[in-house]
Amino acid sequence: MNIKEYEKGSFLKPLASVKYLFKKPHTVRYPQEEKPVADRYRGLHINDLDKCIGCGNCRDICPCAAISMEDPSNVRPIDINKKGANPVRPKVDYGRCSFCALCVEMCPTGSLKMSKDLIYTSPDADAFAWIPREEQGREPGFVQDNEITPLMLEAEEMEELEPDVRKKSFEEMILGFSEEQARREAMRCLGCGICMQGCPAHMKIPEYIQAIFDGDNEKSVKYMLEDNVLPGICGRICTHRCQDDCVYQYRGDPIHIMWLKRFATDQLEDYKSVNIEKMPSTGKRVAVIGGGPSGLSAAYHLTTMGHSVTIYEQRSRAGGALATGIPLYRLPIYELDKEIGNIESMGVEIKLNTKIGEDVKFEDLLNEYDAVYLAIGLSYGRSINLKGEEHPNVVQAIDFLRQVKIEGRRDITKHVIVIGGGNVAMDVARTVARLQEINYGSKDTTVETVSLEDWDIMPASQEEIDGALEEGVIFNPAWGPNQVILDENGNIKGLEVKKVKHVFDENHRFNPAFYEDQKKIIYGDYIVESVGQMYNFSFIPEEMLNKLEFTPRRKVWVDEYGETSIPGVFAGGDIVETSRGDAISAIANGHRAAIGIDRYLHGKK
Amino acid sequence: MNKSYELFIGPNHPGIPGNFSLKIELEGDTVVSAKGDPGYLHRAFEKAMEGRYYIQNLALIPRICVPEPDINEAAYAMAVEDLMGVEIPERAKYIRTIVLELARVANYTMWLGGLAGTLGLYTLAQWSIGDRDYALDLFSDICGARVYHMYIWPGGVRRDLTPGWEDSVLSYIRYLKNRLIDYDNIFLKNVMFKYRTKGIAVVTKEQAIEWGATGPILKAAGVAQDVRKDDPYAAYEYLDFEIPTLTDGDSWSRAMIRRWELENSLNMIEQAIKKMPKKGPVCAKMPNPLKGYVPEGETYAKVESARGEHGFYMVSDGTGKPYRVAVRGASHTHMFTIAEKVLVGQRLADVSHTLVSLDICPPEIDR
Repeated sequence: MNIKEYEKGSFLKPLASVKYLFKKPHTVRYPQEEKPVADRYRGLHINDLDKCIGCGNCRDICPCAAISMEDPSNVRPIDINKKGANPVRPKVDYGRCSFCALCVEMCPTGSLKMSKDLIYTSPDADAFAWIPREEQGREPGFVQDNEITPLMLEAEEMEELEPDVRKKSFEEMILGFSEEQARREAMRCLGCGICMQGCPAHMKIPEYIQAIFDGDNEKSVKYMLEDNVLPGICGRICTHRCQDDCVYQYRGDPIHIMWLKRFATDQLEDYKSVNIEKMPSTGKRVAVIGGGPSGLSAAYHLTTMGHSVTIYEQRSRAGGALATGIPLYRLPIYELDKEIGNIESMGVEIKLNTKIGEDVKFEDLLNEYDAVYLAIGLSYGRSINLKGEEHPNVVQAIDFLRQVKIEGRRDITKHVIVIGGGNVAMDVARTVARLQEINYGSKDTTVETVSLEDWDIMPASQEEIDGALEEGVIFNPAWGPNQVILDENGNIKGLEVKKVKHVFDENHRFNPAFYEDQKKIIYGDYIVESVGQMYNFSFIPEEMLNKLEFTPRRKVWVDEYGETSIPGVFAGGDIVETSRGDAISAIANGHRAAIGIDRYLHGKK
Repeated sequence: MNKSYELFIGPNHPGIPGNFSLKIELEGDTVVSAKGDPGYLHRAFEKAMEGRYYIQNLALIPRICVPEPDINEAAYAMAVEDLMGVEIPERAKYIRTIVLELARVANYTMWLGGLAGTLGLYTLAQWSIGDRDYALDLFSDICGARVYHMYIWPGGVRRDLTPGWEDSVLSYIRYLKNRLIDYDNIFLKNVMFKYRTKGIAVVTKEQAIEWGATGPILKAAGVAQDVRKDDPYAAYEYLDFEIPTLTDGDSWSRAMIRRWELENSLNMIEQAIKKMPKKGPVCAKMPNPLKGYVPEGETYAKVESARGEHGFYMVSDGTGKPYRVAVRGASHTHMFTIAEKVLVGQRLADVSHTLVSLDICPPEIDR
């Protein structure tokens, strides 16, 4: 820059600007002319009310407290029963909004956007706060970007044993988080609590994840035990409906809530310091029939309420399906011992190898105890009336798994067929794969599953299916078993199957139909039936069983506190309607029944 | 009989550079004493920041300086990054540089209009405010807002540039360089401007150093000091630029320094666009803002604003919210240690343009 020229100054130079008199002005004459608005413009909000889940993260991040979560039903009806959602939607007060769009950045569903429109006038001050919605017809401007976002969309990688390593033994295949990984995973949590709705036990998930993030594992387990007495077990085998609801699922990976739970419990040798405080003794006695998750849950909570509890368990080990059904590679014995030991340490008496109806009479229990809790579960395999299933090499999944898990069975034949497409079938198939590897080094062996359901509707969880595929399990989806084929010596040669036309009929009811002309034979010498389980009420005397009411789906009818139609008899676990067939719902209705029994014992009913 | 009288130049006086007031004592039309009277804008920025998550302050910090909000975002982001030990991606450094220089350009064009306005030439004010608007449109393209960009945030920048944005910037620079000739003709080379500003409100080199002046005031007094050179941040270390200096330290010199820097900034943007990596991430992976605890510690991050050194002193106690944030705005020093002194002896007609020439930005005083 030549400073001299400026120093000199001039009288005439300013006259050069006279030329502008003849130029067109560069101003935009609104509203005759429109000025284009930037594509990323941060104007008034737009929200897709159907996509929005009312998680409230926009409200939490808003620096101006401009967002409140409100019921939108008077502006537009929404589906209030939407899964994993709160029936509220954000309302923005534009008197406060600073248009920073942090709410948009933090929106986990991507429903909230900002529009290109900023112009809104009204003489009414109250008119500047509304529930933004798509019907207002604004054009989207600033939207989310999955590359640059304050949300941590990617989950921590969980280390697990490689398929060829894990097949060699029944060692636990998921290795668990390291402290650092757990902290990082816990850091992802936004604390919105949508997950709590998915959990049947409504565990205090944001709180215990926060405690893990703070490095206070004791506090974390304390929160867990309030609603779930088997947190370490659930940290391994839970069906984790919480994760299915996690808000991160829409734009990234859900938080590994289950494995965080496992991490926190693994850090504690025992739960002595974190157990719920016991109330003074009431002198009341409760009998719990069945030592499964529901029975244990009810027993623990009843003990903390001051009642004395005895659990009657027919097997040599408490834990129900956890102890007998779930394979060792998913749930090791030491974890069962730790958590069931904790319940015992609270003062719960567990009578093993005691069968009601044989060793102890059900009527005696009713007389001896102030209340009885039925948590017998579905401990018998369901048969499908397959032609030839009376052969000794056709077994029930539940028996097979029990033999392997607690009776030490390690023998297996070379070619095994598993009937079923659920998680239990996967457990069986993967157990068989391990046994075959141990016995034969997987040489010349096969394990095949047959399921009515095709891939898209297979009831097993995707991770179980993937795990089974990795371990070499062969799937035959959409084939239905027809009959067992025997060779001339009476040994099983294979299973004849027919192609499935459809599994559900037009009314979405289970009603499979087959193409009778499309048949094939799956060769194998051992068949495990894994098509469901059922209960057995034979221990209850006839006249009393008649008084027990059942629901249309043949589950035991209970009221909201878990009490059956027989006063003083409560029921829970898999035999009631609220169960979803997993441990966590059994734990949940065990807790609910404990509250019900406590009310009953205190005569509040 | 009282020889002097007091005059209140209030916050809505057209000659005051913002929401601020001045109490001056005059004898005839000569200033005997001047006292700045801030407080109209005080929104407790620094205190408010302590109650918010680090990321939430993004909505607050640009408001510390309206004409040039990006310096706050950059200094704040740099302070947080320093505490967290985050290194931002290369492309983000260049984008920050371009945005900061563009903000400087926007600020100087607006300032030129302000100076011309206080000297009675409103034509330039209309021109330059109009030309600044084109810069604001460029900001709007990348971040969606014209004034409060909230574009630079801890970890990098909030979005990548839009396709073709660099070309729009370059064509804006070409346009503005042409316009600057007319600016010079009508105003800076105008003898009236020279007569009104030469020798007015002199801050000598010694005074500037003693009073803690930074930025154009210091450069106009002959000290080549600039944070971009002395303590480079963003991508300034990769750019080739000179620090302009003059020796007189008067109103005229300060105006010239700014005019000079305006041209420098335009050249720096061109350089940065040329050198910027064409692809790559623009934001580092940052922790969840609701749980993004910043490690315990304290730091001071500074940038060169259009007015001088602008810094954020930040103390973290290891939680998700800052324990203390203090903002060092250049205008605070320039008002209370410099303006109050140099106004003494000036004529009333020069008070307004002296304030503008010192570039007093009231939000930086009221934090």
